[in-house]
Amino acid sequence: MRLRIDGYGKEMLGLLGAVLILAVSLFAQNGSTPKWPEPVPNRQAIAAKDKKPAPRRSLVGMWGSMPGNRQATNQSSGVQLKPNNGRPENQLPYTPYGFELYKSHKPLEGVDAVPPAGTNDPRVRCEPLGLPRHNHYDLGIQIFQDEFKIAMLYQYDSQWRVIWTDGRPLPKLVDGGGVEINGQYREPRWFGYSVGKWMDDYTLDVETVGTMPEQRVWLDNTGRPISDQLRIRETFRRVDYDTLEWSETIEDPKVYTRSWQTMKLPMMLQDPRTDLMTRYCSPSEVDAYNKAYGDAVSGK
Amino acid sequence: MRRGLVIVFAIAVGLLTSVPLTAHHTASTLYTEKIVTVKGVVKSWLWSNPHCLLTFDVTGEAGKVVLWRAETQAPNTAYTEGYRANSFKPGDEVTVTMRSAVSGGPFGLLAQVVLADGTKFGSVDSGRGRGRGGDPQ
Repeated sequence: MRLRIDGYGKEMLGLLGAVLILAVSLFAQNGSTPKWPEPVPNRQAIAAKDKKPAPRRSLVGMWGSMPGNRQATNQSSGVQLKPNNGRPENQLPYTPYGFELYKSHKPLEGVDAVPPAGTNDPRVRCEPLGLPRHNHYDLGIQIFQDEFKIAMLYQYDSQWRVIWTDGRPLPKLVDGGGVEINGQYREPRWFGYSVGKWMDDYTLDVETVGTMPEQRVWLDNTGRPISDQLRIRETFRRVDYDTLEWSETIEDPKVYTRSWQTMKLPMMLQDPRTDLMTRYCSPSEVDAYNKAYGDAVSGK
Repeated sequence: MRRGLVIVFAIAVGLLTSVPLTAHHTASTLYTEKIVTVKGVVKSWLWSNPHCLLTFDVTGEAGKVVLWRAETQAPNTAYTEGYRANSFKPGDEVTVTMRSAVSGGPFGLLAQVVLADGTKFGSVDSGRGRGRGGDPQ
C-alpha cells in the first residue's frame, strides 16, 4: 500500500518537521551541561574583524596575559618596565636610604638573587604581598564593580582589593605611615586606601596611599624596596572589549629620588566561566619544599 | 624494559643569564646550563606550591641506586606543560630530562618527563628556553 501525501499533508509534515527542529534546538540549549573550562586562562589572539568596542565605564571581567606573553604578567625578574637584570637603562633612582634598603634584601630573583636557603623575602614566609607587589607577581585578576566601587580579585593567594569610585577624596598620607581620614588617624593596610576617577568612558585613574612600611613589603620579586610614603598611580584603559591596558607609576621620596613607571601592561579578557587554579602560599607546603628540596639543592 | 639505566646523555647548551625558574625563585642560582637525561623509577610526585617535585631512583651500571629529585613550576604553571596532580605514581618508569644542579648533586630542573608508554610532560625546549630567559610564567 502506498502512502499518498497531498498538498495539505505536505504542509502538515513541514510544520511537524519545524516543530521537531525547534524542540531539538531548545533541548540543546536547555539540556546541555555547562562544561568546566581549563583552569588556566589561555585565550587565543582575536582577529581584527572580531574585535568589539569597549563597554562604557566598565572593567568587569577576568583578565589574563596576552597570548604568548605570560612572562609580562608574571614579572618574576622585576617589574615589567624595569626588569632587574643589571642593565644601565633599568637602574633605579635610589635615595641613599633606598639603596641601603635594597642591599639588605636577599631576593630569589633578579641580578642579586640568592639560593632559596638564603633569602629574606617576606613572601617566602607567606606574608601578604601587599600593594603594589600584588600587581607585579603572577598577575591574573577578576574585576567586579558596582556604582560605588571596583573590586579586584587577585589570583595569587586569593587576595582582594577595593577601589572606591563614588567620589570620596584620597586620604591624606601621614609622615611615619598610615593616613588621615575625616581628621582621624587610620593604620597602614596591605592594599592601602584607593580611590578612582573615570577620566572618560574608557579610562580610570586610581591613586593609592597608606600602604605597609618598608619592613613588611617589597616592590617586586627582586628585592626592590618601597616605604610607607609610597603613592601609587594606576591607569586602567579599556582599549577595546577584549583588551585592558594597566599602567602604574610610583612615587616614594624616602626610597626613590623621582617617580618612575613600573608597568604598562596589556591584558586580555578571558573566559568568564573559568574556575581559576589559584596559586597560594601555604607555610607547611613551603616548609615541606625546603626540607625535601630547597635546602639541599642550595647546598645548605 | 630494563629499569634504571644511568645517565643517557648530557648536552651543554647555550649562554645563561639571570633567569627566572618561576615566580618563586630564579634558576640561575641553582642550575647549570647543562641538560642531562636519566632513566629511573618514580618514588613520589608532589603536586604542591611553591614547586612540584618528582623523586625517583636511578640505578647505576654497578647496581648502585641513587635517589634523584627534580622540581618544576608551581601547579598553575606546570598544568600548562601537561603535568597533573596524578601524572606519576610510585613505580612508574620515567625518562627525565632536566637542567643539572650547580651543586653537582642528584637534583635537577625538569624540562621533560616521558613515561614508559610514551606520554610526555613538558618539553626539552622548555628547559632550554628557561635557561635563556624564556620562563613561561
